[in-house]
Amino acid sequence: MTEDVSQPLVATPKPAAGFLRAMLAVVWKDMAAELRSRELLSAMLVFALLVILIFNFALELDTKTRSTVTAGVLWVTFAFAGTLGLNRSMAMEKDRGCLDGLLLAPVDRSAIYFGKAIGNLIFMLIVEIIVLPVYSVLYNTNLFNPGLLLVILLGSIGYVAVGTLLSSMAVQTRTRDVLLPILLFPVVIPVFIAAVKASSGFLQGIEMAEIQPWLTLLVVYDVIFTAVAFMVFDYVVEE
Amino acid sequence: MEPKPRLLTLLDIVTVLMLIIATAMVFFYAPMEAVMGNVQRVFYFHVAAGWVGMLGFLVAAVAGVIYLITSGQKWDRVGLAAVEIGMVFALINVVTGSIWARPIWNTWWTWDPRLTTATIMLLIYAAYLLLRQGLDDPDRRARFGAVYAIVGFLSVPLTFFSARLFRTIHPVVVGTNQPGATGAFDMTPIMLQTFLFSLLTFTFIFIDLLWHRVRLGKLADQVEQMKLKATI
Repeated sequence: MTEDVSQPLVATPKPAAGFLRAMLAVVWKDMAAELRSRELLSAMLVFALLVILIFNFALELDTKTRSTVTAGVLWVTFAFAGTLGLNRSMAMEKDRGCLDGLLLAPVDRSAIYFGKAIGNLIFMLIVEIIVLPVYSVLYNTNLFNPGLLLVILLGSIGYVAVGTLLSSMAVQTRTRDVLLPILLFPVVIPVFIAAVKASSGFLQGIEMAEIQPWLTLLVVYDVIFTAVAFMVFDYVVEE
Repeated sequence: MEPKPRLLTLLDIVTVLMLIIATAMVFFYAPMEAVMGNVQRVFYFHVAAGWVGMLGFLVAAVAGVIYLITSGQKWDRVGLAAVEIGMVFALINVVTGSIWARPIWNTWWTWDPRLTTATIMLLIYAAYLLLRQGLDDPDRRARFGAVYAIVGFLSVPLTFFSARLFRTIHPVVVGTNQPGATGAFDMTPIMLQTFLFSLLTFTFIFIDLLWHRVRLGKLADQVEQMKLKATI
């Protein structure tokens, strides 16, 4: 009797592997398309550098102000460049009915969500990894702090988890070009606050006990919103 | 076309009566607060309006969940109605708060966690309405509205928490005799009665308006369908 019951349990790893394969296929598709066109990353990067340039004049980034506002400048840059990337990555799918093609594939819809989200996360991390040394050189500060890198990873995960969900809604509207930041920014404010405070904490060498609550908040946000987006994504792409 | 339900008419009358009584209580029954004077009387409707704003958001999120599960059109109408009413009351809350803050805190605005959260809530409501405006297909509009109401509602407590954490680590004193989070006055029993009655009154207003708005939405849909039939 017991052997019969255990039989289907052994067979369960198979759909999980299928899910993983479908997800990686979506990620790979985005990477391959980007490798050939390079339109998304180049736009995000140039835009990010322009934002830093504008901040340079808007805030008069001299040595004294720099130490306190660096974290804020970095996160505003990432957020703006991130919106650009999210919008483009979903508009690409919508463009010639690619999204419909993706949805026709006999895979779990959430595999598509995670695939797109991981693709967006990779693009965002690439931009961040390039912006950091450029900022370090331009302003003669060392930003290569393992704590800061952790905050950037956690913050980007939260941003992309919500951003992928909302951008797939935004591209289906009439006002698609302007809607994403309006939908996204009020919802990701906790990520901004926590990421800016934690980053500036690491950059100024504040003790860990004071940074800890912000890191916890980022992790909590990431978990909650990845779970929610995972649950509701089906309804967003449903036809 | 169905006639107006009798119970709704009754609710209208009760709500108006309650609002009149509550206003009278605020001005004549409740005592004048010793330190702040008459301006403190804004407190009763200020908090009540804030409560209705939160309630609207909660109802919209719950209606969103039910809509996604059942896809009943009714729940979409409830969600939209709750957001519209909630937005108006959240705005009343912010404006009355500013009126109260000007003489007491000596500023129209401070970046206190509550104020910050209330503003961000308003912005989420506005984004919700903009999202719906950009969609023509009623089914998709309902689905996206439901999803955004849920996501927005979940982010509000996190926003409040992060804004409060922001203050505790960096205590910014805005050079004011800032009363504590709930106001630095002790409520006398009469004040408490007035306050609770105001809360109840505003809850009734919310239910009454919600009912009207849902009914209006239903009628609008019926008109839409009739128009379609007429053109065919």
